[in-house]
Amino acid sequence: MAETPRHPIESGVPDAFQYMHPVFLNNYGAWSYHERLRPGVLMHVAKSGDKVWTVRFGTQRQLGPYEINLLCDIADEFGEGYVHFTIRSNMEIMVTDEAKVEPLIKAIEDAGYPVGGTGPSVTMISHTQGWLHCDIPGTDASGVVKALMDELYEEYTNETMPNRVHITTSCCQINCGGQGDIAINVQHTKPPKINHDLVANACERPSVVARCPVAAIRPAMVNGKPSLEVDEKKCICCGACFPPCPPMQINDSEFTKLAIWIGGKHSNARSKPMFHKLVAAGIPNNAPRWPEVAEIVKNILAVYKKDAQDWERIGDWVERIGWPRFFELTELPFTKFHIDNWRGARNSLNASAHIRF
Amino acid sequence: MSATDKPKNPEKHCTYLPSEKKSSKPFHNTPNLDELEKGPWPSFVTGLKRLAMQDKFGNMMVDLLGQLEHSYKTRLGYWKGGTVSVFGYGGGIIPRFTELMGTDGKPMFPESKEFHTIRVQPPAGNHYSTKMLRQLSDSWDKHGSGLIAFHGQTGNIMFIGTTTQNVQTFFDEINEYGWDLGGAGPCVRTGMSCIGAARCEQSNCDEQKIHRLLVNNFMDDMHRPALPYKFKFKVSGCPNDCMNSIQRSDFAVIGTWRDDMKVDQAEVKKYVADKGRKYIVDNVVSRCPTKALSLNDDDTLAVDNRNCVRCMHCINVMTKALSPGDDKGVTILLGGKRTLKIGDTMGTVLVPFMKLESDDDYEALKELAETIIDFWAENALEHERTGETIERIGLVNFLEGIGIEPDPNMISSARQSSYVRMDDWDAEAEKWKARKAG
Ligand code: SF4
Ligand code: SF4
Repeated sequence: MAETPRHPIESGVPDAFQYMHPVFLNNYGAWSYHERLRPGVLMHVAKSGDKVWTVRFGTQRQLGPYEINLLCDIADEFGEGYVHFTIRSNMEIMVTDEAKVEPLIKAIEDAGYPVGGTGPSVTMISHTQGWLHCDIPGTDASGVVKALMDELYEEYTNETMPNRVHITTSCCQINCGGQGDIAINVQHTKPPKINHDLVANACERPSVVARCPVAAIRPAMVNGKPSLEVDEKKCICCGACFPPCPPMQINDSEFTKLAIWIGGKHSNARSKPMFHKLVAAGIPNNAPRWPEVAEIVKNILAVYKKDAQDWERIGDWVERIGWPRFFELTELPFTKFHIDNWRGARNSLNASAHIRF
Repeated sequence: MSATDKPKNPEKHCTYLPSEKKSSKPFHNTPNLDELEKGPWPSFVTGLKRLAMQDKFGNMMVDLLGQLEHSYKTRLGYWKGGTVSVFGYGGGIIPRFTELMGTDGKPMFPESKEFHTIRVQPPAGNHYSTKMLRQLSDSWDKHGSGLIAFHGQTGNIMFIGTTTQNVQTFFDEINEYGWDLGGAGPCVRTGMSCIGAARCEQSNCDEQKIHRLLVNNFMDDMHRPALPYKFKFKVSGCPNDCMNSIQRSDFAVIGTWRDDMKVDQAEVKKYVADKGRKYIVDNVVSRCPTKALSLNDDDTLAVDNRNCVRCMHCINVMTKALSPGDDKGVTILLGGKRTLKIGDTMGTVLVPFMKLESDDDYEALKELAETIIDFWAENALEHERTGETIERIGLVNFLEGIGIEPDPNMISSARQSSYVRMDDWDAEAEKWKARKAG
């Protein structure tokens, strides 16, 4: 059957006006203020006087037709037929009548979905693909998130943190989970194991050589075949060579570990945006529930909750109390690895006599 | 599976499994994954099992669970990429083929040996009617596993899990009713914009319009990857930067204002009366990064607008009393990215303020993006993001390449190193004076 192929319509980003709640459309660009009425519920008031209540809740992010139709049924019956997703994959249903808020919350909770994730809570963990679908993952993503959100459930449904907490996970050092108040990222601890038989066919060697941040890779003949060699003393085990050259296997059942970083922040509020910084590493990749990760995360959160002032994000808090105090309060070991040696590292050293005792 | 199959009054719908398994292949043992069905948070494993019980694509999900369980056991991933695309496009599909072979050299989990993801661009601001959500879900149920992630880290709707053959049929179907593929590979990627003007009083720009204008102008560069590496646009309506655009995009557009912020002094007084002076001093006044706030003796708030850096903190705390000014526009930052290869970079200021009102203003924004992408595409090394090009050649060379004059808002401090040639100082100083005289 020689059908003429269908040409794509390059329509790009869909216009959202056709899919948004009419109250958003009618008050577009003309909102006045908002209040948080309880965890998971926002009320926005427009200049026109229109009001909209938003109920936010967490899901498993990967949804099937059953969940989608179930949640759409709730949005149709108890909401007004529209949903919105936040950047952290929280789902939101909007209503324009306050009397609908409680029944909507009840419907969502009865269906097993937690209402929360607003204000100073631990909101949904942003996650990547992991073993479910990525081609280079050192760990899973959905599983780590599920295991942690089980542990942090109460922190999602309550607003008792000093400020919002954004946790991220990443299953390789490319870190597509991004910056987080707490980031749980893969950290490899051994250089790639090269399958020399496959390199010549699978890898464009010059571009693999160029990919290495520390110039540890060089072309070599191995067993009479063109391959690549890694200077293992130089190698920082970042895994950058693995995506362009799958025979340079970086993942390892034992030596792929997890590291925890804290204090990343995207907002410009108070301090400028900040990168997260290393606090703990060498944590086993302990599927299916990663208890060692959960323990460290919960400890950091407990200390932050107790010691930080209102409105301080984790990064703001550590800047105020200083890193020595952070390690003292959390009882996490401080090692030589916490002292940066990458480019610009001198900027992270304490060039002053400012010491807290 | 439609929700009409759902149980009548179940304790928790989200743990529900249908009584009848319609797929023919029996479940594999999944003791590790089963652990992730415990606990209060909705379980993706239960979701996968539900999909595995359905008729069409059920066997694919049975084997997908098998492979995932194997990963949990060995702590290794088993997918490899490949080339799968739709007619007319070079990107937008993430092909996945299993690498997990048995001793006979055949896939251990054959039903899910092809398990591709289709990246689709979401509507600006992530709004959906339930009608559209159901329609998308129905289409995917027909042509794929049914599993959808809202949304991936770049912002795409990710339709996870189908065979090579079904990629085209699914795309054809949803493309007919208004949905287009996102980016993958070295190309302009799917953009993101915050909810902004649709619901947020802190919005300073038309996020959706900017998002659509910028991204839709580069459809060719998105669908036919031929750039040095990825290029991302993100739009946030205010410096709270809910889209994480400064760090996570090459071209960050952040709404801001340049006149005075608005203060409703009556609301300030109410706030003080309600929360107390200590609260407002500790949580608002003393948290201002530039000491631009002061509480007056009569419980009104004094704002030094010339020193306010638009950080948003005080406005976030006192949502009723304080709001952005009227002379709105955007700040544009360039070059944010994560680790690989040179280490993390934040985007840095390129245009401190750009008015976005007239068609000409928007046209100028579009042209700026075009100029940047052209210059970068011509001068970047392979696999080099804009932030890395800037790091390698220096901001000044980049600015000269795109025809933008230096501005003191681009730096957090002036030069510290004297290792620089400044023979043409006088000429440069004259340029500055000429620009000022304007
Ligand atoms: S793991 Fe990183 S440092 Fe080591 S060889 Fe590969 S790219 Fe280079
Ligand atoms: S917006 Fe930020 S910088 Fe401006 S006055 Fe408020 S707290 Fe200070």
